[in-house]
Amino acid sequence: MQGAGDELKRVDEAVRTQAPDFARLREDFPILARSVHDRPLVYLDNAATSQKPQSVIDCEAHYYRMLNANVHRGVHRLSQEATDAYEGARDTVQRFVNAACREEIVFVRGTTEAINLVANSYGSRFVAGDEIVITHMEHHSNIVPWQLACERSGAVLRVAPVDDHGELELDAFERLLGPRTRLVALTHVSNALGTINPVRELVARAHAHGAAVLLDGAQAVPHLRPDVQALDCDFYAFSGHKLYGPTGIGVLYGKAALLESMPPWQGGGDMIRRVSFDGTTFNDLPYKFEAGTPNMAGAIGLAAAIDYVSRIGFDAIAAHEHALLDHATERARATPGLRLIGTARDKAAILSFVLDDVHAHDVGTILDLHGVAVRTGHHCTMPLMERFGVPATVRASFALYNTRADIDALFEALAHVREVFGDG
Amino acid sequence: MADLRELYQEVIIDHGRRPRNFGPLPDANRHAEGFNPLCGDEIRLHLKTRDGVIEDARFEGAGCAISTASASLMTEALKGRSEADAMALFAGFRTLVTGGHAEQGDVPLGKLAVLAGVTEFPTRVKCATLAWHTLEAALTGRAQPVSTED
Repeated sequence: MQGAGDELKRVDEAVRTQAPDFARLREDFPILARSVHDRPLVYLDNAATSQKPQSVIDCEAHYYRMLNANVHRGVHRLSQEATDAYEGARDTVQRFVNAACREEIVFVRGTTEAINLVANSYGSRFVAGDEIVITHMEHHSNIVPWQLACERSGAVLRVAPVDDHGELELDAFERLLGPRTRLVALTHVSNALGTINPVRELVARAHAHGAAVLLDGAQAVPHLRPDVQALDCDFYAFSGHKLYGPTGIGVLYGKAALLESMPPWQGGGDMIRRVSFDGTTFNDLPYKFEAGTPNMAGAIGLAAAIDYVSRIGFDAIAAHEHALLDHATERARATPGLRLIGTARDKAAILSFVLDDVHAHDVGTILDLHGVAVRTGHHCTMPLMERFGVPATVRASFALYNTRADIDALFEALAHVREVFGDG
Repeated sequence: MADLRELYQEVIIDHGRRPRNFGPLPDANRHAEGFNPLCGDEIRLHLKTRDGVIEDARFEGAGCAISTASASLMTEALKGRSEADAMALFAGFRTLVTGGHAEQGDVPLGKLAVLAGVTEFPTRVKCATLAWHTLEAALTGRAQPVSTED
Protein backbone atom coordinates (compact mmCIF):
# COMPACT_ATOMS: atom_id res chain seq x y z
CA MET A 1 0.00 0.00 0.00
CA GLN A 2 2.77 2.38 1.00
CA GLY A 3 4.53 1.87 -2.32
CA ALA A 4 1.47 2.71 -4.36
CA GLY A 5 0.83 5.93 -2.44
CA ASP A 6 4.42 6.91 -3.00
CA GLU A 7 3.99 6.33 -6.67
CA LEU A 8 1.00 8.69 -6.82
CA LYS A 9 3.04 11.30 -4.97
CA ARG A 10 5.90 10.82 -7.37
CA VAL A 11 3.60 11.30 -10.34
CA ASP A 12 2.19 14.48 -8.79
CA GLU A 13 5.74 15.69 -8.30
CA ALA A 14 6.72 14.94 -11.88
CA VAL A 15 3.70 16.86 -13.13
CA ARG A 16 4.47 19.91 -11.04
CA THR A 17 7.81 20.22 -12.72
CA GLN A 18 6.47 19.62 -16.20
CA ALA A 19 2.93 20.83 -16.84
CA PRO A 20 1.04 18.58 -19.27
CA ASP A 21 -0.13 19.90 -22.61
CA PHE A 22 -3.87 20.08 -21.95
CA ALA A 23 -4.73 20.84 -25.56
CA ARG A 24 -3.17 17.54 -26.54
CA LEU A 25 -5.03 15.69 -23.80
CA ARG A 26 -8.21 16.45 -25.75
CA GLU A 27 -7.11 13.81 -28.20
CA ASP A 28 -7.52 11.20 -25.48
CA PHE A 29 -11.29 11.82 -25.57
CA PRO A 30 -12.71 10.55 -28.85
CA ILE A 31 -16.15 12.12 -28.41
CA LEU A 32 -14.62 15.60 -28.47
CA ALA A 33 -13.90 15.11 -32.17
CA ARG A 34 -17.58 14.94 -33.08
CA SER A 35 -19.77 17.79 -34.17
CA VAL A 36 -23.20 18.91 -33.03
CA HIS A 37 -25.53 20.80 -35.36
CA ASP A 38 -22.64 20.91 -37.85
CA ARG A 39 -20.40 22.66 -35.36
CA PRO A 40 -17.51 21.35 -33.30
CA LEU A 41 -18.76 20.07 -29.95
CA VAL A 42 -17.98 22.41 -27.07
CA TYR A 43 -18.76 20.25 -24.06
CA LEU A 44 -19.34 22.32 -20.93
CA ASP A 45 -21.71 20.01 -19.07
CA ASN A 46 -19.03 18.20 -17.13
CA ALA A 47 -20.70 18.59 -13.75
CA ALA A 48 -23.54 16.44 -15.10
CA THR A 49 -21.17 13.85 -16.50
CA SER A 50 -17.70 14.03 -17.95
CA GLN A 51 -16.48 12.45 -21.18
CA LYS A 52 -14.35 9.32 -21.12
CA PRO A 53 -10.76 8.92 -22.28
CA GLN A 54 -9.90 6.15 -24.71
CA SER A 55 -8.10 4.26 -21.93
CA VAL A 56 -11.36 3.93 -19.96
CA ILE A 57 -13.33 2.90 -23.04
CA ASP A 58 -10.64 0.35 -23.94
CA CYS A 59 -10.54 -0.96 -20.41
CA GLU A 60 -14.27 -1.70 -20.35
CA ALA A 61 -14.13 -3.26 -23.80
CA HIS A 62 -11.13 -5.36 -22.77
CA TYR A 63 -13.01 -6.57 -19.73
CA TYR A 64 -15.88 -7.86 -21.88
CA ARG A 65 -13.58 -9.23 -24.57
CA MET A 66 -11.15 -11.04 -22.30
CA LEU A 67 -12.13 -11.22 -18.63
CA ASN A 68 -15.87 -11.37 -18.22
CA ALA A 69 -16.98 -13.85 -15.56
CA ASN A 70 -18.76 -13.51 -12.25
CA VAL A 71 -16.52 -12.54 -9.36
CA HIS A 72 -15.90 -14.24 -6.02
CA ARG A 73 -17.59 -17.50 -6.90
CA GLY A 74 -15.88 -19.51 -9.58
CA VAL A 75 -12.99 -21.92 -9.47
CA HIS A 76 -12.38 -21.36 -13.16
CA ARG A 77 -9.67 -19.20 -14.56
CA LEU A 78 -11.82 -16.38 -15.92
CA SER A 79 -13.63 -15.90 -12.64
CA GLN A 80 -10.28 -15.63 -10.89
CA GLU A 81 -9.00 -13.07 -13.38
CA ALA A 82 -12.20 -11.05 -13.16
CA THR A 83 -12.03 -11.16 -9.37
CA ASP A 84 -8.41 -10.02 -9.42
CA ALA A 85 -9.27 -7.12 -11.71
CA TYR A 86 -12.32 -6.12 -9.64
CA GLU A 87 -10.45 -6.28 -6.35
CA GLY A 88 -7.51 -4.51 -7.94
CA ALA A 89 -9.91 -1.68 -8.76
CA ARG A 90 -10.82 -1.52 -5.07
CA ASP A 91 -7.14 -1.12 -4.21
CA THR A 92 -6.85 1.70 -6.73
CA VAL A 93 -9.82 3.49 -5.14
CA GLN A 94 -8.39 2.95 -1.68
CA ARG A 95 -5.13 4.63 -2.70
CA PHE A 96 -7.02 7.40 -4.50
CA VAL A 97 -8.97 8.48 -1.41
CA ASN A 98 -6.21 7.36 0.99
CA ALA A 99 -8.46 5.05 2.99
CA ALA A 100 -6.78 3.19 5.83
CA CYS A 101 -7.76 -0.20 4.46
CA ARG A 102 -9.40 -1.72 1.38
CA GLU A 103 -12.37 -3.02 3.41
CA GLU A 104 -13.51 0.58 3.74
CA ILE A 105 -14.25 0.85 0.01
CA VAL A 106 -17.77 -0.27 -0.96
CA PHE A 107 -18.68 -0.29 -4.64
CA VAL A 108 -22.16 1.07 -5.33
CA ARG A 109 -24.04 2.42 -8.36
CA GLY A 110 -23.15 6.01 -7.67
CA THR A 111 -23.24 8.80 -5.12
CA THR A 112 -27.01 8.55 -4.79
CA GLU A 113 -26.88 4.89 -3.86
CA ALA A 114 -24.00 5.50 -1.46
CA ILE A 115 -26.01 8.13 0.42
CA ASN A 116 -29.11 5.95 0.44
CA LEU A 117 -27.05 3.10 1.84
CA VAL A 118 -25.92 5.23 4.77
CA ALA A 119 -29.39 6.75 5.27
CA ASN A 120 -30.94 3.28 5.41
CA SER A 121 -28.27 1.39 7.29
CA TYR A 122 -26.65 3.91 9.61
CA GLY A 123 -30.00 5.74 9.63
CA SER A 124 -31.85 2.64 10.85
CA ARG A 125 -30.68 3.55 14.36
CA PHE A 126 -32.07 7.08 14.29
CA VAL A 127 -34.82 7.61 16.84
CA ALA A 128 -37.44 10.32 17.32
CA GLY A 129 -35.83 13.58 18.30
CA ASP A 130 -32.47 12.81 16.73
CA GLU A 131 -31.22 15.53 14.42
CA ILE A 132 -29.63 15.35 10.99
CA VAL A 133 -27.93 18.46 9.69
CA ILE A 134 -27.61 19.21 5.98
CA THR A 135 -27.02 22.46 4.11
CA HIS A 136 -29.12 24.59 1.79
CA MET A 137 -26.79 23.83 -1.12
CA GLU A 138 -27.26 20.07 -1.17
CA HIS A 139 -28.20 18.12 -4.28
CA HIS A 140 -31.60 16.43 -4.00
CA SER A 141 -29.75 13.15 -3.52
CA ASN A 142 -28.32 14.48 -0.27
CA ILE A 143 -31.71 15.82 0.87
CA VAL A 144 -34.35 13.26 0.01
CA PRO A 145 -32.68 10.16 1.55
CA TRP A 146 -32.50 12.08 4.85
CA GLN A 147 -36.10 13.22 4.59
CA LEU A 148 -37.08 9.58 4.14
CA ALA A 149 -34.89 8.55 7.08
CA CYS A 150 -36.57 11.24 9.18
CA GLU A 151 -40.03 10.00 8.19
CA ARG A 152 -39.09 6.48 9.21
CA SER A 153 -37.51 7.40 12.52
CA GLY A 154 -39.05 10.65 13.69
CA ALA A 155 -35.66 12.33 13.45
CA VAL A 156 -35.59 16.01 12.52
CA LEU A 157 -33.85 17.49 9.49
CA ARG A 158 -32.08 20.79 10.07
CA VAL A 159 -30.73 22.92 7.25
CA ALA A 160 -27.69 25.18 7.49
CA PRO A 161 -28.10 28.40 5.48
CA VAL A 162 -26.05 29.70 2.58
CA ASP A 163 -25.11 33.38 2.10
CA ASP A 164 -25.55 35.51 -1.02
CA HIS A 165 -22.21 34.38 -2.42
CA GLY A 166 -23.19 30.76 -2.07
CA GLU A 167 -20.94 30.13 0.91
CA LEU A 168 -22.10 28.12 3.90
CA GLU A 169 -22.81 30.34 6.92
CA LEU A 170 -20.38 28.77 9.34
CA ASP A 171 -21.73 30.29 12.54
CA ALA A 172 -25.27 29.27 11.71
CA PHE A 173 -23.99 25.79 10.85
CA GLU A 174 -22.28 25.60 14.21
CA ARG A 175 -25.45 26.67 16.02
CA LEU A 176 -27.38 23.79 14.46
CA LEU A 177 -25.03 21.27 16.02
CA GLY A 178 -26.06 19.92 19.40
CA PRO A 179 -26.28 16.86 21.60
CA ARG A 180 -29.04 15.36 19.41
CA THR A 181 -27.10 15.75 16.16
CA ARG A 182 -26.49 12.24 14.93
CA LEU A 183 -25.21 12.95 11.48
CA VAL A 184 -24.07 15.84 9.31
CA ALA A 185 -24.41 15.30 5.56
CA LEU A 186 -22.89 17.95 3.36
CA THR A 187 -21.44 18.43 -0.04
CA HIS A 188 -17.72 18.83 -0.55
CA VAL A 189 -18.28 20.91 -3.70
CA SER A 190 -21.66 22.40 -4.69
CA ASN A 191 -22.87 21.11 -8.05
CA ALA A 192 -24.96 24.21 -8.76
CA LEU A 193 -22.62 26.93 -7.47
CA GLY A 194 -19.13 25.45 -7.50
CA THR A 195 -18.57 26.41 -3.85
CA ILE A 196 -15.84 24.34 -2.18
CA ASN A 197 -16.85 23.87 1.43
CA PRO A 198 -14.18 23.96 4.17
CA VAL A 199 -15.01 20.36 4.95
CA ARG A 200 -12.03 19.58 7.12
CA GLU A 201 -13.03 22.28 9.57
CA LEU A 202 -16.72 21.37 9.34
CA VAL A 203 -15.97 17.73 10.07
CA ALA A 204 -13.99 18.76 13.16
CA ARG A 205 -16.86 20.95 14.39
CA ALA A 206 -19.38 18.15 13.87
CA HIS A 207 -17.15 15.64 15.63
CA ALA A 208 -16.83 18.01 18.58
CA HIS A 209 -20.58 17.47 19.03
CA GLY A 210 -20.30 13.72 18.58
CA ALA A 211 -21.96 13.67 15.16
CA ALA A 212 -20.82 11.49 12.28
CA VAL A 213 -20.18 13.20 8.95
CA LEU A 214 -20.99 12.11 5.41
CA LEU A 215 -19.38 14.08 2.62
CA ASP A 216 -20.96 14.10 -0.83
CA GLY A 217 -17.90 14.11 -3.04
CA ALA A 218 -19.65 13.74 -6.41
CA GLN A 219 -18.53 17.17 -7.64
CA ALA A 220 -15.26 17.23 -5.73
CA VAL A 221 -13.41 14.21 -7.05
CA PRO A 222 -13.07 15.47 -10.64
CA HIS A 223 -11.21 18.52 -9.35
CA LEU A 224 -9.37 17.57 -6.19
CA ARG A 225 -8.17 14.38 -4.64
CA PRO A 226 -9.89 13.70 -1.33
CA ASP A 227 -7.82 12.36 1.54
CA VAL A 228 -10.41 10.77 3.77
CA GLN A 229 -7.97 10.25 6.63
CA ALA A 230 -6.87 13.89 6.60
CA LEU A 231 -10.49 15.03 6.31
CA ASP A 232 -11.42 12.58 9.08
CA CYS A 233 -14.90 12.21 7.56
CA ASP A 234 -16.88 9.12 8.51
CA PHE A 235 -18.35 8.56 5.05
CA TYR A 236 -17.35 9.84 1.64
CA ALA A 237 -19.50 9.20 -1.44
CA PHE A 238 -18.72 9.72 -5.11
CA SER A 239 -19.59 8.57 -8.63
CA GLY A 240 -17.30 7.27 -11.33
CA HIS A 241 -18.96 9.00 -14.25
CA LYS A 242 -18.07 12.55 -13.23
CA LEU A 243 -14.45 11.45 -12.80
CA TYR A 244 -14.00 10.41 -16.45
CA GLY A 245 -15.13 6.91 -15.55
CA PRO A 246 -18.13 4.79 -16.54
CA THR A 247 -21.71 5.36 -15.45
CA GLY A 248 -23.33 3.02 -12.94
CA ILE A 249 -20.34 2.73 -10.64
CA GLY A 250 -19.63 4.72 -7.52
CA VAL A 251 -17.96 4.43 -4.18
CA LEU A 252 -18.94 4.65 -0.56
CA TYR A 253 -15.99 5.07 1.75
CA GLY A 254 -16.80 4.44 5.39
CA LYS A 255 -14.62 4.12 8.45
CA ALA A 256 -14.23 0.41 9.09
CA ALA A 257 -15.51 0.52 12.68
CA LEU A 258 -18.68 2.31 11.56
CA LEU A 259 -19.34 0.04 8.59
CA GLU A 260 -18.72 -2.92 10.86
CA SER A 261 -21.36 -1.76 13.31
CA MET A 262 -23.98 -1.05 10.63
CA PRO A 263 -26.62 -3.57 9.54
CA PRO A 264 -26.68 -4.67 5.90
CA TRP A 265 -28.90 -2.67 3.59
CA GLN A 266 -29.64 -4.93 0.64
CA GLY A 267 -29.69 -8.69 0.95
CA GLY A 268 -28.63 -11.19 -1.64
CA GLY A 269 -25.70 -13.13 -2.94
CA ASP A 270 -22.13 -12.13 -2.07
CA MET A 271 -23.17 -10.31 1.11
CA ILE A 272 -23.70 -13.51 3.10
CA ARG A 273 -21.42 -16.05 4.71
CA ARG A 274 -23.98 -18.73 5.40
CA VAL A 275 -27.68 -18.84 4.69
CA SER A 276 -30.15 -21.13 6.35
CA PHE A 277 -33.84 -20.79 7.05
CA ASP A 278 -33.01 -20.49 10.72
CA GLY A 279 -30.87 -17.46 10.14
CA THR A 280 -28.16 -15.98 8.02
CA THR A 281 -24.71 -14.75 8.87
CA PHE A 282 -23.31 -11.89 6.86
CA ASN A 283 -20.09 -11.55 4.98
CA ASP A 284 -17.18 -9.39 6.07
CA LEU A 285 -16.58 -5.85 4.85
CA PRO A 286 -16.91 -4.63 2.24
CA TYR A 287 -18.98 -7.51 0.82
CA LYS A 288 -21.63 -7.12 3.50
CA PHE A 289 -22.75 -4.06 1.53
CA GLU A 290 -22.30 -5.48 -1.96
CA ALA A 291 -25.31 -7.72 -2.50
CA GLY A 292 -25.64 -9.29 -5.91
CA THR A 293 -23.34 -9.33 -8.90
CA PRO A 294 -21.48 -6.01 -8.84
CA ASN A 295 -20.72 -3.72 -11.76
CA MET A 296 -17.38 -5.36 -12.49
CA ALA A 297 -16.65 -3.63 -15.78
CA GLY A 298 -17.63 -0.33 -14.17
CA ALA A 299 -15.30 -0.77 -11.22
CA ILE A 300 -12.39 -1.67 -13.48
CA GLY A 301 -13.22 1.25 -15.76
CA LEU A 302 -13.29 3.57 -12.75
CA ALA A 303 -9.83 2.37 -11.77
CA ALA A 304 -8.64 3.14 -15.30
CA ALA A 305 -10.08 6.65 -14.95
CA ILE A 306 -8.32 7.14 -11.62
CA ASP A 307 -5.07 5.97 -13.22
CA TYR A 308 -5.65 8.43 -16.05
CA VAL A 309 -6.17 11.50 -13.85
CA SER A 310 -3.40 10.41 -11.50
CA ARG A 311 -0.96 10.32 -14.40
CA ILE A 312 -1.85 13.93 -15.21
CA GLY A 313 -1.88 14.93 -11.55
CA PHE A 314 -4.51 16.82 -9.59
CA ASP A 315 -2.30 19.85 -9.02
CA ALA A 316 -1.98 20.32 -12.76
CA ILE A 317 -5.70 19.68 -13.34
CA ALA A 318 -6.68 22.16 -10.63
CA ALA A 319 -4.33 24.82 -12.00
CA HIS A 320 -5.66 24.36 -15.52
CA GLU A 321 -9.30 24.45 -14.41
CA HIS A 322 -8.76 27.50 -12.22
CA ALA A 323 -7.29 29.36 -15.16
CA LEU A 324 -10.40 28.42 -17.16
CA LEU A 325 -12.71 29.51 -14.36
CA ASP A 326 -10.90 32.84 -13.99
CA HIS A 327 -11.16 33.49 -17.71
CA ALA A 328 -14.85 32.52 -17.77
CA THR A 329 -15.64 34.62 -14.69
CA GLU A 330 -13.91 37.62 -16.23
CA ARG A 331 -15.88 37.26 -19.47
CA ALA A 332 -19.10 36.74 -17.51
CA ARG A 333 -18.54 39.94 -15.53
CA ALA A 334 -18.04 41.81 -18.81
CA THR A 335 -21.35 40.52 -20.22
CA PRO A 336 -24.23 42.97 -19.77
CA GLY A 337 -27.33 41.54 -18.11
CA LEU A 338 -25.52 38.47 -16.82
CA ARG A 339 -25.74 37.63 -13.12
CA LEU A 340 -23.44 35.03 -11.64
CA ILE A 341 -25.09 32.67 -9.15
CA GLY A 342 -22.37 31.44 -6.83
CA THR A 343 -19.43 33.73 -6.18
CA ALA A 344 -17.74 31.95 -3.31
CA ARG A 345 -14.07 32.70 -2.73
CA ASP A 346 -13.15 29.06 -3.04
CA LYS A 347 -14.76 27.57 -6.15
CA ALA A 348 -14.37 24.56 -8.39
CA ALA A 349 -14.71 24.93 -12.15
CA ILE A 350 -18.44 25.69 -12.29
CA LEU A 351 -19.96 28.88 -13.69
CA SER A 352 -23.66 29.21 -12.96
CA PHE A 353 -25.53 32.27 -14.21
CA VAL A 354 -28.78 33.81 -15.36
CA LEU A 355 -29.48 36.42 -18.00
CA ASP A 356 -31.78 39.12 -16.71
CA ASP A 357 -34.54 38.74 -19.31
CA VAL A 358 -34.00 35.38 -20.99
CA HIS A 359 -34.96 32.09 -19.37
CA ALA A 360 -32.18 29.53 -18.92
CA HIS A 361 -33.92 27.04 -21.20
CA ASP A 362 -34.06 29.47 -24.08
CA VAL A 363 -30.37 30.19 -23.54
CA GLY A 364 -29.64 26.46 -23.50
CA THR A 365 -31.42 25.83 -26.79
CA ILE A 366 -29.59 28.65 -28.56
CA LEU A 367 -26.20 27.58 -27.17
CA ASP A 368 -26.91 24.02 -28.29
CA LEU A 369 -27.45 25.15 -31.86
CA HIS A 370 -23.97 26.66 -31.68
CA GLY A 371 -22.53 23.34 -30.57
CA VAL A 372 -22.17 24.45 -26.94
CA ALA A 373 -23.51 21.92 -24.42
CA VAL A 374 -24.40 23.40 -21.03
CA ARG A 375 -26.84 22.36 -18.36
CA THR A 376 -29.92 24.48 -17.84
CA GLY A 377 -32.42 23.96 -15.06
CA HIS A 378 -32.45 23.65 -11.31
CA HIS A 379 -29.54 21.16 -11.22
CA CYS A 380 -31.42 18.99 -8.72
CA THR A 381 -31.10 21.77 -6.18
CA MET A 382 -34.60 23.27 -6.07
CA PRO A 383 -34.24 24.68 -2.53
CA LEU A 384 -31.03 26.43 -3.57
CA MET A 385 -32.67 27.93 -6.67
CA GLU A 386 -35.43 29.25 -4.44
CA ARG A 387 -32.80 30.71 -2.10
CA PHE A 388 -31.38 32.72 -5.01
CA GLY A 389 -34.83 33.61 -6.35
CA VAL A 390 -34.35 32.00 -9.76
CA PRO A 391 -36.27 29.10 -11.30
CA ALA A 392 -33.22 27.84 -13.16
CA THR A 393 -29.69 28.78 -14.12
CA VAL A 394 -27.36 28.16 -17.02
CA ARG A 395 -24.41 26.14 -15.79
CA ALA A 396 -21.15 25.79 -17.65
CA SER A 397 -18.78 23.38 -15.95
CA PHE A 398 -15.21 22.70 -16.97
CA ALA A 399 -13.06 19.62 -17.19
CA LEU A 400 -9.39 18.99 -17.83
CA TYR A 401 -9.94 18.82 -21.60
CA ASN A 402 -11.63 22.21 -21.90
CA THR A 403 -9.73 25.15 -23.33
CA ARG A 404 -9.95 28.93 -23.36
CA ALA A 405 -11.35 28.55 -26.87
CA ASP A 406 -14.28 26.55 -25.43
CA ILE A 407 -15.08 29.40 -23.08
CA ASP A 408 -14.78 31.97 -25.84
CA ALA A 409 -17.18 29.83 -27.90
CA LEU A 410 -19.63 29.91 -24.99
CA PHE A 411 -19.58 33.69 -24.83
CA GLU A 412 -19.79 34.09 -28.60
CA ALA A 413 -22.87 31.86 -28.55
CA LEU A 414 -24.29 33.95 -25.71
CA ALA A 415 -24.01 37.00 -27.95
CA HIS A 416 -26.38 35.22 -30.36
CA VAL A 417 -28.92 34.94 -27.56
CA ARG A 418 -28.98 38.72 -27.60
CA GLU A 419 -29.45 38.68 -31.36
CA VAL A 420 -32.54 36.52 -31.03
CA PHE A 421 -34.02 38.16 -27.96
CA GLY A 422 -32.94 41.73 -28.59
CA ASP A 423 -31.64 43.98 -25.86
CA GLY A 424 -34.59 43.54 -23.54
CA MET B 1 -29.38 29.71 -37.89
CA ALA B 2 -32.52 29.33 -39.98
CA ASP B 3 -34.06 26.81 -37.59
CA LEU B 4 -33.43 29.08 -34.62
CA ARG B 5 -35.53 31.80 -36.27
CA GLU B 6 -38.09 29.13 -37.00
CA LEU B 7 -38.37 28.43 -33.27
CA TYR B 8 -38.05 31.95 -31.95
CA GLN B 9 -40.40 33.76 -34.30
CA GLU B 10 -41.18 37.42 -33.70
CA VAL B 11 -44.61 36.55 -32.33
CA ILE B 12 -43.10 34.16 -29.80
CA ILE B 13 -40.47 36.63 -28.63
CA ASP B 14 -43.20 39.27 -28.35
CA HIS B 15 -45.64 37.08 -26.40
CA GLY B 16 -42.81 35.65 -24.31
CA ARG B 17 -41.76 39.10 -23.26
CA ARG B 18 -45.18 40.74 -23.04
CA PRO B 19 -47.66 37.96 -22.36
CA ARG B 20 -51.31 38.81 -23.00
CA ASN B 21 -53.99 37.95 -20.44
CA PHE B 22 -51.37 37.79 -17.72
CA GLY B 23 -52.59 38.18 -14.15
CA PRO B 24 -55.36 37.09 -11.84
CA LEU B 25 -58.99 36.68 -12.90
CA PRO B 26 -61.17 37.55 -9.89
CA ASP B 27 -64.43 36.11 -11.22
CA ALA B 28 -62.89 32.91 -12.57
CA ASN B 29 -64.71 29.68 -11.73
CA ARG B 30 -62.09 27.20 -12.93
CA HIS B 31 -58.43 27.09 -11.91
CA ALA B 32 -55.55 24.75 -12.49
CA GLU B 33 -51.82 24.71 -11.82
CA GLY B 34 -49.20 23.19 -14.07
CA PHE B 35 -45.56 22.52 -13.39
CA ASN B 36 -42.63 21.31 -15.44
CA PRO B 37 -40.27 19.80 -12.87
CA LEU B 38 -37.45 19.53 -15.40
CA CYS B 39 -37.08 23.27 -15.86
CA GLY B 40 -39.19 24.80 -13.11
CA ASP B 41 -41.76 26.37 -15.44
CA GLU B 42 -45.02 26.93 -13.62
CA ILE B 43 -48.40 28.25 -14.61
CA ARG B 44 -51.64 29.04 -12.82
CA LEU B 45 -54.53 29.17 -15.25
CA HIS B 46 -57.84 30.87 -14.47
CA LEU B 47 -60.96 30.36 -16.57
CA LYS B 48 -64.37 31.92 -16.48
CA THR B 49 -66.83 29.55 -18.09
CA ARG B 50 -70.59 29.73 -18.54
CA ASP B 51 -72.85 27.16 -20.18
CA GLY B 52 -69.89 25.28 -21.55
CA VAL B 53 -68.30 28.36 -23.08
CA ILE B 54 -64.96 29.88 -22.02
CA GLU B 55 -65.74 33.55 -21.59
CA ASP B 56 -62.38 34.62 -20.24
CA ALA B 57 -58.95 33.12 -19.61
CA ARG B 58 -55.92 34.53 -17.82
CA PHE B 59 -52.73 33.05 -16.43
CA GLU B 60 -49.89 33.72 -13.99
CA GLY B 61 -46.56 32.04 -13.45
CA ALA B 62 -43.02 32.00 -14.73
CA GLY B 63 -41.36 30.14 -17.54
CA CYS B 64 -39.23 30.25 -20.64
CA ALA B 65 -40.17 32.16 -23.77
CA ILE B 66 -41.78 29.11 -25.36
CA SER B 67 -44.00 28.20 -22.41
CA THR B 68 -44.96 31.82 -21.70
CA ALA B 69 -45.75 32.57 -25.35
CA SER B 70 -47.70 29.34 -25.65
CA ALA B 71 -49.81 30.20 -22.59
CA SER B 72 -50.34 33.73 -23.84
CA LEU B 73 -51.43 32.61 -27.31
CA MET B 74 -53.61 29.90 -25.80
CA THR B 75 -55.55 32.32 -23.61
CA GLU B 76 -56.16 34.51 -26.66
CA ALA B 77 -57.39 31.54 -28.65
CA LEU B 78 -59.69 30.24 -25.91
CA LYS B 79 -61.95 33.20 -25.43
CA GLY B 80 -65.42 32.57 -26.79
CA ARG B 81 -64.80 28.91 -27.53
CA SER B 82 -66.86 26.04 -26.23
CA GLU B 83 -65.06 23.66 -23.90
CA ALA B 84 -65.32 20.88 -26.48
CA ASP B 85 -63.88 23.19 -29.10
CA ALA B 86 -61.01 24.10 -26.75
CA MET B 87 -60.12 20.45 -26.27
CA ALA B 88 -60.22 19.90 -30.03
CA LEU B 89 -57.87 22.84 -30.37
CA PHE B 90 -55.49 21.18 -27.87
CA ALA B 91 -55.55 17.99 -29.92
CA GLY B 92 -54.68 19.93 -33.06
CA PHE B 93 -51.98 21.89 -31.25
CA ARG B 94 -50.39 18.76 -29.86
CA THR B 95 -50.27 17.27 -33.33
CA LEU B 96 -48.63 20.46 -34.57
CA VAL B 97 -45.81 20.56 -32.01
CA THR B 98 -45.09 16.85 -32.05
CA GLY B 99 -44.76 16.75 -35.81
CA GLY B 100 -47.88 14.76 -36.59
CA HIS B 101 -49.99 15.36 -39.67
CA ALA B 102 -53.06 17.50 -39.43
CA GLU B 103 -56.23 15.72 -40.45
CA GLN B 104 -59.07 17.03 -42.47
CA GLY B 105 -61.71 18.46 -40.22
CA ASP B 106 -59.17 19.54 -37.57
CA VAL B 107 -59.84 22.84 -35.87
CA PRO B 108 -57.89 25.61 -37.64
CA LEU B 109 -55.03 26.68 -35.36
CA GLY B 110 -54.71 30.26 -36.57
CA LYS B 111 -51.97 32.20 -34.77
CA LEU B 112 -51.00 29.13 -32.69
CA ALA B 113 -49.27 27.81 -35.80
CA VAL B 114 -46.25 30.02 -34.99
CA LEU B 115 -45.24 27.33 -32.49
CA ALA B 116 -44.77 24.76 -35.27
CA GLY B 117 -40.99 25.29 -35.04
CA VAL B 118 -40.99 23.42 -31.73
CA THR B 119 -41.22 20.19 -33.75
CA GLU B 120 -37.53 20.45 -34.49
CA PHE B 121 -36.70 20.74 -30.77
CA PRO B 122 -38.00 17.64 -29.00
CA THR B 123 -36.60 18.83 -25.67
CA ARG B 124 -38.88 21.86 -25.84
CA VAL B 125 -42.21 20.24 -26.68
CA LYS B 126 -43.13 20.09 -23.00
CA CYS B 127 -42.57 23.84 -22.71
CA ALA B 128 -45.12 24.40 -25.49
CA THR B 129 -47.74 22.00 -24.12
CA LEU B 130 -47.57 22.87 -20.40
CA ALA B 131 -50.33 25.51 -20.64
CA TRP B 132 -52.53 23.13 -22.61
CA HIS B 133 -52.17 20.27 -20.15
CA THR B 134 -53.10 22.78 -17.46
CA LEU B 135 -56.16 23.78 -19.48
CA GLU B 136 -57.20 20.16 -19.71
CA ALA B 137 -56.88 19.86 -15.94
CA ALA B 138 -58.98 22.99 -15.41
CA LEU B 139 -61.73 21.72 -17.68
CA THR B 140 -61.80 18.12 -16.46
CA GLY B 141 -61.04 18.73 -12.79
CA ARG B 142 -58.03 16.42 -12.94
CA ALA B 143 -55.73 16.18 -9.92
CA GLN B 144 -53.37 19.11 -9.66
CA PRO B 145 -50.88 20.47 -10.10
CA VAL B 146 -50.45 18.72 -13.42
CA SER B 147 -46.89 17.83 -14.20
CA THR B 148 -45.32 17.42 -17.60
CA GLU B 149 -43.67 14.33 -16.17
CA ASP B 150 -46.85 12.40 -15.37
